[in-house]
Amino acid sequence: MKAEWKITVLTSALLTLASGLWLMGSSVSAASAGQIAGTVKLDGTAPHQKPIDMGKEPSCAAVHKDKPVTAENVVVGANGGLANVVVYVSQGLTGNEAAASSQPVQLEQKGCQYLPHVVVVNAGQHVKIVNEDQTSHNIYPQATKNPPWNKSQPPGAQPLDATWANEEIAIPVKCNVHPWMRAYIAVVKGPYGVSDDSGSFKLELSPGTYTLTAWHETYGTQTQNVTVAAGKPAAVSFTFKAK
Amino acid sequence: MAGKVFAVLVVIVTLAIAYCVIAHVWWMPVDISVHGPNIDHQIEETVFGAGILFIAGQLVLAAFSFLYGDSKGARKVKAFPGGAKPLIIFACVVVGIEILVLSFVGSKAWGSVYFTPPDPDSQRVDVQAGQFAFYFRYPGPDGKFGPLHPELINEGTQNFFGLDTDHDADSKDDIVTAELAIPVNKPVLLTLHSKDVGHSFDVRELRVQQDFVPGIVIPIHFTATQTGRFEIVCTQLCGLGHYNMKAYLEVMSQMDFDNWMKQQAAMQ
Repeated sequence: MKAEWKITVLTSALLTLASGLWLMGSSVSAASAGQIAGTVKLDGTAPHQKPIDMGKEPSCAAVHKDKPVTAENVVVGANGGLANVVVYVSQGLTGNEAAASSQPVQLEQKGCQYLPHVVVVNAGQHVKIVNEDQTSHNIYPQATKNPPWNKSQPPGAQPLDATWANEEIAIPVKCNVHPWMRAYIAVVKGPYGVSDDSGSFKLELSPGTYTLTAWHETYGTQTQNVTVAAGKPAAVSFTFKAK
Repeated sequence: MAGKVFAVLVVIVTLAIAYCVIAHVWWMPVDISVHGPNIDHQIEETVFGAGILFIAGQLVLAAFSFLYGDSKGARKVKAFPGGAKPLIIFACVVVGIEILVLSFVGSKAWGSVYFTPPDPDSQRVDVQAGQFAFYFRYPGPDGKFGPLHPELINEGTQNFFGLDTDHDADSKDDIVTAELAIPVNKPVLLTLHSKDVGHSFDVRELRVQQDFVPGIVIPIHFTATQTGRFEIVCTQLCGLGHYNMKAYLEVMSQMDFDNWMKQQAAMQ
């Protein structure tokens, strides 16, 4: 009896280890095969970003006392790079791409702001929503292709875990108690990238021809065809025109 | 025995409550408005009238329990003399007279707030309530509020009122703030409107409590007599975040107010 139990434990442990190694190996090989390295630029002057008055929530206003925060609907870096642009593959996925990461992506509420402002996940990937503030927030992802919901999260509460099953670019997230708070959650299939303050982004892809779509909350979408070869990153650049 | 103990307890509790009310143990915060004394006077009168009735009612209750609480059989009063009908008529007449007297006396305080026209030189502020925050709009140097376009409301870009500053000339200099600042000793005219459900604008120190009704613009005017920072709260249950729907009222000297206005204009 005892020996049987030991064998079962040993076998399952070995199997788990083997499958883990196999999964790791397959995703690494897919990622190393090809890459897109691109930039997003804004042509023209960015609209004025209004400072946010958090007077209603003294604990948050105190956090930003020395450096007031502004709206984030257009964030432009020093060299004209446009941040917070989601880049994903809208056509050409073969179905052999790495499965959605099992690592959750974190969306933080800190100083009555969402960090980061734009979150990208694969369909089914978990998002961990954390409240770091001394005040209650409610999280209202206004999804249209997924079920919308609205949950509150008091200070010190457990993180909320959320997933979205359908592609949706992008779900606006708001907090009804602090109307200035705004984030976007883009749910995509396959590899994705988000531009940083300098406008650069990266995508890991296997060689092939793809249609890339770049989405920005204020300027909408743009698409571009790109061919990825093995070993050398394909360069792509998007330019959005300021209205 | 039980009846007598109850009677004594009722008297003690009644006297304790009466003391707390008369000695103002828990009372309203200090009044900072011109019309406030009228309201406070009315509240005193109402509490005085209601207090006399309260004490009389409790004493009658105590007397009956003291005299008849412990008796058996014959001395129990089983019904009001003459049956239920005279009792109901008596109650209706007494309560009716009380309400009529209160409204008649109170109409003076009501009229002082609602039936006096606002000063034509009032500082005008447009107030918008929405789940779950207040926002304020000043007309800017041109003295005119631009039109509202509810379809343009976008909290992500801080366009809380739905202003079209690209096309409406009057909107260009409108100043939108999250805090209500007003000059002291100057008449203020607020126009209240809601973008979703019913809310209310309540500043206890100002003795102003006025509901927002969706679809109606409701004017309310007052003059603050003291500088300071006071809380504006929503006192109409409006949903999930009602408990946190608040803003601050800052009453300033005219000079501070002018400076504040300049700062806010620079931030638009």
